[in-house]
Amino acid sequence: MPMNRQITRLAVAAIVLIASLIVATTYWQTWAAGSLAARQDNALVRVAQFTVDRGRIYAGDGTFLLATNVKKKVGGQTYYFRTYPSGNLAPHVVGYSTQSRSRAGLESSQNDYLTGANGSLTSVTQRELNQLAGITVQGNDLLLALNVKAQRTAVQQLAGKCGAAVAIEPSTGRVLVLASSPTYNPNAVEKSFASITKAGTSACSFAAPLLDRATQGLYPPGSTFKVVTATAALDTNAFTPNSTFNDPGYCTEYGKQVSNAGNPDQTGPESFGNVTLAQGLQHSINSVFCNVGKKIGAGTILDYAKKFGFYAQPDVELPADAQTPSGLYQNHKLYDPRNPDAQVDPGRLAFGQERMLVTPLQMAMVAATVANDGVLMRPHLIDEVRAPNGNVVARVGPHVVRRVMSSQTAQEVKAMMISVMTGGTGTSDQIPGLQVAGKTGTAETGVNKHYDTWFIAFAPADAPKVAVAVALENQTGFGATTAGPIAKALLEAILR
Amino acid sequence: MRLRERTIELLNLGVVGMLTAIGFASVYIARSSEISAGSLSYAGFFLLLYAIAHVIARITVPHADPYLLPMAALLTAIGLTEIYRLGPTDAFRQGLWIVIAVAVFAFTLYVLRHDYRVLESYKYLFGLGAVFLLVLPALPGIGTTVNGARLWIHAGPIQFQPGELAKLALIVFLAGYLREKREVIAQLRLKDLGPLLVIWGAAMLVLVETNDIGMGVLYFGVALAMVYVATGRWLYIAIGFVMFVVGSAGVYEISAHVRARIEVWLNAYKYSNTYGYQIVQSRYSIGHGGFGGTGLGKGIFTAPGSTHTLIPYLNTDFIYSALAQELGLVGASALLLVYMVFAARGFRIALITDDGFSKLLAAGLTFTFALQAFIIVGGIVGLIPLTGITLPFVSYGGSSVVANFVLLAGLMLVSNRANADRVGT
Repeated sequence: MPMNRQITRLAVAAIVLIASLIVATTYWQTWAAGSLAARQDNALVRVAQFTVDRGRIYAGDGTFLLATNVKKKVGGQTYYFRTYPSGNLAPHVVGYSTQSRSRAGLESSQNDYLTGANGSLTSVTQRELNQLAGITVQGNDLLLALNVKAQRTAVQQLAGKCGAAVAIEPSTGRVLVLASSPTYNPNAVEKSFASITKAGTSACSFAAPLLDRATQGLYPPGSTFKVVTATAALDTNAFTPNSTFNDPGYCTEYGKQVSNAGNPDQTGPESFGNVTLAQGLQHSINSVFCNVGKKIGAGTILDYAKKFGFYAQPDVELPADAQTPSGLYQNHKLYDPRNPDAQVDPGRLAFGQERMLVTPLQMAMVAATVANDGVLMRPHLIDEVRAPNGNVVARVGPHVVRRVMSSQTAQEVKAMMISVMTGGTGTSDQIPGLQVAGKTGTAETGVNKHYDTWFIAFAPADAPKVAVAVALENQTGFGATTAGPIAKALLEAILR
Repeated sequence: MRLRERTIELLNLGVVGMLTAIGFASVYIARSSEISAGSLSYAGFFLLLYAIAHVIARITVPHADPYLLPMAALLTAIGLTEIYRLGPTDAFRQGLWIVIAVAVFAFTLYVLRHDYRVLESYKYLFGLGAVFLLVLPALPGIGTTVNGARLWIHAGPIQFQPGELAKLALIVFLAGYLREKREVIAQLRLKDLGPLLVIWGAAMLVLVETNDIGMGVLYFGVALAMVYVATGRWLYIAIGFVMFVVGSAGVYEISAHVRARIEVWLNAYKYSNTYGYQIVQSRYSIGHGGFGGTGLGKGIFTAPGSTHTLIPYLNTDFIYSALAQELGLVGASALLLVYMVFAARGFRIALITDDGFSKLLAAGLTFTFALQAFIIVGGIVGLIPLTGITLPFVSYGGSSVVANFVLLAGLMLVSNRANADRVGT
């Protein structure tokens, strides 16, 4: 019949058009579904996650509640909104999960566990079946290593100041304290976010309470970096603790004098005359370390810094963008010189100036490594992930990153750090009946008489159970008198 | 024993009725706190309505294709269920429109039951009617602009989109005109390209005047398809396509509305907070459905506590995104397969009928139906730029439902005659 050939072709065309719709829909619903769900502006998935009975976050062996849910029925649908009973205790660790601001902290990085989206084929299948059956999906709980008492001490001690405190269990890497000040109340994020971002303080120029100064705050390490330099000096066998130096009060670099004067950490006279390396650390003598640096070179110091974890993310369970690597910085960017011996001033680097910037977490890792006989453990915030029925879904155990120095070097550095507390710059921070190994730091900030101050320590010295690092911004006092007392309070809170 | 057409239709409608009841029951179970059990009466009412439609078909077109009415019923049921799930108030209005549409369907069947081919004699009247309907919204005082496109008219409390009916009038005109002139046009003489140019000009004019790209593409596509069916000349399609591309490029230059649509199509995420918001959110909705869907009544369309859907125009232009989320790939594919089968049945009618007017009419009506589904769903899934147009029988909207029931009536009239000739009554 006329026209039938054309009609058949048109029919084929129409059927192909509709078939192409099925193909395209298949693409979006299978192939692309994952990447669509992962997109930041996907409001739908964000809302969907509030229908999940999100896992709780606990500290103190599951007895102390950091994050839990409030159940609300809205428009026939049950939603689980987040609430943080411990308020401003550890917002930089826990983070928040909100509709308006999305997520931060462990709430963000551990979202899969908390929403039960993790896991094997069977658990995912079970989840899908539950969803079809209308059963609320329950997330997994997180149990953190945080020591609630010490964390509270840190928050109290840091109040009114800008800075951070970190405590790590050296043998395991468990993070016992991770506090940043000023802190904020995560319950306020949803409704009055501006009250957090616009908060001000006289303690520092940018209060920025959301910034986790413990993992993202970059400060010049000052004399605490001498622990890294000393490790490099001893472990390369270039020096021994008894190597002698003559300190005229300065060290000569590039034909110019780098003076001890102005090192507020230094105890004793402006020039010490003949001293050993050990005494150099004890009294924090810049010229001694300047000479060490010149001898071993910036390259060797940076190599050891890298072994301690500099230039890499610490790999705690926080979101990757909330962890800043430590190292030399140039134009606000991490700077890894190709030929450090020519591009970096070794003398100033050796006592923690140059362009070196570090995070409090990194310096706690340095102290913990010395305490752990020279072995760096990966720091971790989470002890366990538990299913709603109590089964352990995942357990985070001790994880060796690497041996940074020989056992002998570790013992020698430890002995030098003990002498800091018994007769050096840290004497005022001694704890009666507890042997502490420590190192002070008071870094110049460019503003006269305003320092970033440091204290790193571990105790008990013979069998270390905790290593701490405290950093404070914009101080007029020195490391020993500003950061030292806070470190002391933390050690006491954990060990006593 | 061979079953008679209307018996097959009745059995199919029974199946559709069951599916409708299950659909409404699932929505009710999932959202019982929101809606009352009285809503289940929708399924009963629906069944009754289609029983009446069936009886009318039995009287007026006893030999008509037995699958078309059940498929239309299934599509309206799916649409109504989803519209109901998104907002019971809209569903009530849609229910009323379906009643009106079935009444118009019955009226069309009754009036044309003896011989629909009388329409051919009024082909120019239909052509003028189509133009009149198209121009109507552009007239000041009656036309209203919705979502950047001027395609509505207001008459008291009733809002109507005349473009939906114009497409049917246009098909009747083309079927009559092409039946008469097909030999001449097929000779490819330059002066015979005239009507084609007129059609092209009209489509472009509509496009620019009303900003209604979807309808413009639909008219033009259908006109081209019918010219091809009538003449068998690929060249017309090729020329038409080139003209369309050139015309579109011109429109792209002068219309910001059209330009935005095309840029969003090319890179939706770049505009995800502005013109691309709808399409990006719709994509998220489809993706969230995954293979099996969330289940009817359990999809997420609003933020907690909000009554505004995350996707604007969810129950009209974007109803496919809602269905794809709740029914998943399984349900969405099934829905598209219904469109495919409907189109296949329609083209079958065009093949078996023996006069030119009927062939062109059936092919035109069927292709309109399929192309309209492709234009809106293709826009949503990103195959072509998004244009706001309704999904036949499924979307919320009175004019669309009424027009599609008339289209259904047309196909049933043609098939009744073709089948009756074959059985020899």
